[in-house]
Order: sequence, then structure tokens, then C-alpha cells
Amino acid sequence: MLDRREVIKRAGMAALATGFGSIKASALDTVTLPFDNGERPLVKYPQKRPMIGLTSRPPQLETPFSIFNDGAITPNNAFFVRYHLAGVPLDIDPDKFTLEVTGKVDRPLKLSLKEIRKLAAVELVAVNQCSGNSRGFSNPRVAGGQLGNGAMGNARWHGVPLKKVLDMAGVQPGARQVTFNGMDTPVMDTTPDFVKALDLDHARDGEVMLAYGMNGEELPYLNGFPLRLIVPGYYGTYWVKHLNEITVIDNVFDGFWMKTAYRIPDTPCGCVEPGTAPKATIPINHLTVRSFITSVSDGAKLKPGSTTLKGIAFDGGKGIKEVAVSIDGGKSWTPAKLGKDLGKYSFREWRLPVKLAAGAYELRVRATNNAGDTQPAEPLWNPAGYLRNVIETVRVTAA
Amino acid sequence: MTSPAVPALLLAVVAVGGLIHNPASAAPASYALPDETAAFRPGPGLDVVQNNCSGCHSADYINSQPRGPKFKKDFWQAEVTKMIKLYGAPIDQNDVGKIVDYLAATY
Repeated sequence: MLDRREVIKRAGMAALATGFGSIKASALDTVTLPFDNGERPLVKYPQKRPMIGLTSRPPQLETPFSIFNDGAITPNNAFFVRYHLAGVPLDIDPDKFTLEVTGKVDRPLKLSLKEIRKLAAVELVAVNQCSGNSRGFSNPRVAGGQLGNGAMGNARWHGVPLKKVLDMAGVQPGARQVTFNGMDTPVMDTTPDFVKALDLDHARDGEVMLAYGMNGEELPYLNGFPLRLIVPGYYGTYWVKHLNEITVIDNVFDGFWMKTAYRIPDTPCGCVEPGTAPKATIPINHLTVRSFITSVSDGAKLKPGSTTLKGIAFDGGKGIKEVAVSIDGGKSWTPAKLGKDLGKYSFREWRLPVKLAAGAYELRVRATNNAGDTQPAEPLWNPAGYLRNVIETVRVTAA
Repeated sequence: MTSPAVPALLLAVVAVGGLIHNPASAAPASYALPDETAAFRPGPGLDVVQNNCSGCHSADYINSQPRGPKFKKDFWQAEVTKMIKLYGAPIDQNDVGKIVDYLAATY
């Protein structure tokens, strides 16, 4: 069954095929993210609904926040996009695509997509959140992609455990890490290729996955078609797209994107005094605990009386234990009712009926995970603008 | 008699086939990225910036950065240095000052 968007998409493809000229990045409208210089175009890309355009080359598209109120699963056509290098692979023949597994293995592999699809498949619901999600809210502001809160999404990933493929290749004694490279390439030879690494034990934990399916469909092109790495509970930087090279190594990978980029302060909070430099850093890793109100937006005007607040919470894989809501700016908190449990790496929906008499309200939401980790009342800061997880506040008026 | 393994295998194949379409039929083998819309703002040194920066990224990488008195010369000097030292941008030393001046004056 075709829905309207599908028709638009097909019309776009047809226009391409018949040579009506290149698709214009039709700026449909603009949105203004709630920080200075936050105006962004809403852009239309093939396979995507209108998205918040951060950059066009390489492409970075943010999910309009209202979509997170529609359910715990983020639709494929609304899922955020983040590339690092402008050499985006634009022609991929799934019949010719191969994944190579080399390095410290007994049997180097070259697997076709068909061969990968023949392996026993698994599914897992997991949040992919960009390390720089919410960077635009950093105070003091920092350089980098100035994202609102929409560089995250939750999907049901379908594929094979990485462990299975590593076992097929036969990891040799002495191996320490596994590196992942996708088909995207830098424009200049001097720019470091985007390669990420995981410790061997992590790579073989049975949960890290090679995914070719997303929410019952193939991966959208810009989300890594035809194969991407899924690292449940870890920031999106590790979720290498268009994955075609896996290398087992016997040292700690020292490529730029591990050794220099995507580092957080080596402190318990991953933070430092705002505006200062950390003494030591480590690679970014688990997602911190976050929660959002999705049913009302900041500045909304509501009718006085009963309303049900609703939203999402997630963490790095301990699972959400509790979500509490405050309607008085954090003075008192009431536990919300948690929605269906889709797994410990998933968004967890929550809802809470509240009564709002006429007046102004500061609504807040705070999640706690099964390890007791929760969210700070004041934002934590680090130089790259990572790990933002302050208790969110939404100001509304009932009148 | 069917061996117990066969129904399980069939089930698995049906489950996968039902969920995930055949790649050859459903997915685009090529993708058309829309044209860029963002442009560098006019200003002294614009040509130097276009020549040195736009090979690797679009202008919106610059347009969207924080603004204000704290994001002037030092900020842009650090960014240009990062592009050269970390991302390997082949920028001539004579151009560095012109680029920083343009960015600090224009954004």
C-alpha cells in the first residue's frame, strides 16, 4: 500500500530517472532550534520525510522532535543522518557488495550480502544517539555540529551477531581489538578515513550486530545501506555505516577517530569545569541516562484541567527503572507509568496524567536506570559538547 | 514424515523473507543527494575561503557555528588550525590569515 510519502518518493525517483534535472534540496520551510543561530532549513531527501538540515555535504539531518511523541520506534524515514566525510557512496550494488573480515584471523572472509542474510538472524531494539546530540545547548557553546535534541532514534535492528562472523573467521590468540571501516571516504587523501574500533570482548559479546534490516525494512540508504554496525548502548559514532571492512588487530587502534576525536574527559562524570580542558581523555562509550517530555513543547499553551504528559527515556543498556515528573520546577516529583518494555537498549515510553490549574508551569522529567544512574539538575560540560543529559525543562502555561 | 528441522528452517526463512525485502528489488542501488543550498556570505577573502574550504564541506558547516564576541578570531583560528592539523586540509600558510579574517569578520 502506498502512502502519500511513498508517492512523493516515487515521483522524485521518476523525475530522476527521466532526467528532469537534479533534485533541488527543496527548503520546504525553516525551523528554529532553541539556541542562538538555531535557524535551520527543513529539507527533503530521498527516502526521508522533511528533516532538519544541519549540513548538506557531508549530509547531516536531524529528526524533528515532534516525531518522538508518535511512539517508541523512530520511523526509518525520520531517522537522523550523520556523515563525517563527503565521499558518500552513492552507488552500491547489493549483489556485488561484500564484507571483508581480515587481520588476526585464521580464515579471512569475504561475505556477500546474500551469504550474510543466510546466517541465523537476530533482532534487537536499540537507541542510536549521536555523540553530539544536543550540542547546541552547551554553555559555554562549543564548535561542532550545532544539534538540537533530534540526533537520536530508536529502531528494531535485524541482522547477525558480529560474534557469529568473527567466530567463522576464527579470531587468533593475541587479538585485542576489532576495527570497522565503511564505504564512505574522505575527499583528500590527507583526511583520516572514518574507522572505529571496539575491544575484542565487546565485539564478541553477542549483542554487537551487523544489521541489514531496520524496522522491518532494509536500511535506508543514508542510514548505512546495505549493512551497518549496531553497538547497543554506545553512541552512534561506533555504528559504522556501509560497513565493508572488519579487521582484527593485536594492538589498540590509534586511528584519528579513536585516538583524537570522540574523546570525553576521563572523569567519573565525563565532564570538566565549564570552559576548561580535561587532564586526560578516553574514547566516548555508553549513552548516559536521558528523558524527554514529548507531548508538549516549550512555550505551549494548554487548557486548564486534566492532561496526560508523555515522553521517552533511555540509557546505555542498564534499562530504565523509573521516570519521575515534576510540574513545579523540580520541587516535588511523581513517578510516571512506564510503557511497554522493548528491551534494555530501547526508548521506554512513559506517561503521567496531571491536573494543571490556570497558571505557569515548569515541567521536568528525570529518569533513573537499573544501576541507579540518573540525570543531573545542572548540565554537565565538556569541550566537545558530548553526553548532555541534564533534566529537561518544558515551560507551559495553562490559560 | 518431515524431520523436525525442516519446519523450523522454513519458519526462519519465512520470517526473514517476510520482514526484509530482497535487496535487489527493494533498495535503490544509487542515491541522489539534493543540491546544496547554503552559500558562503559575501566578504573580503570569500574566494580564498571557497577555494580552500568547499572542497570538503558545504558552507552550512560554518554558517551554523555559534556567534558572538567569543566566537571571533581565536575561535576561527582554532577551527582553521584543526582543519589543517587534524583533517589534513592542504591550506597554504599565506591563506590562513585571510581565511581567519574572513570568518571572524563575516560570521
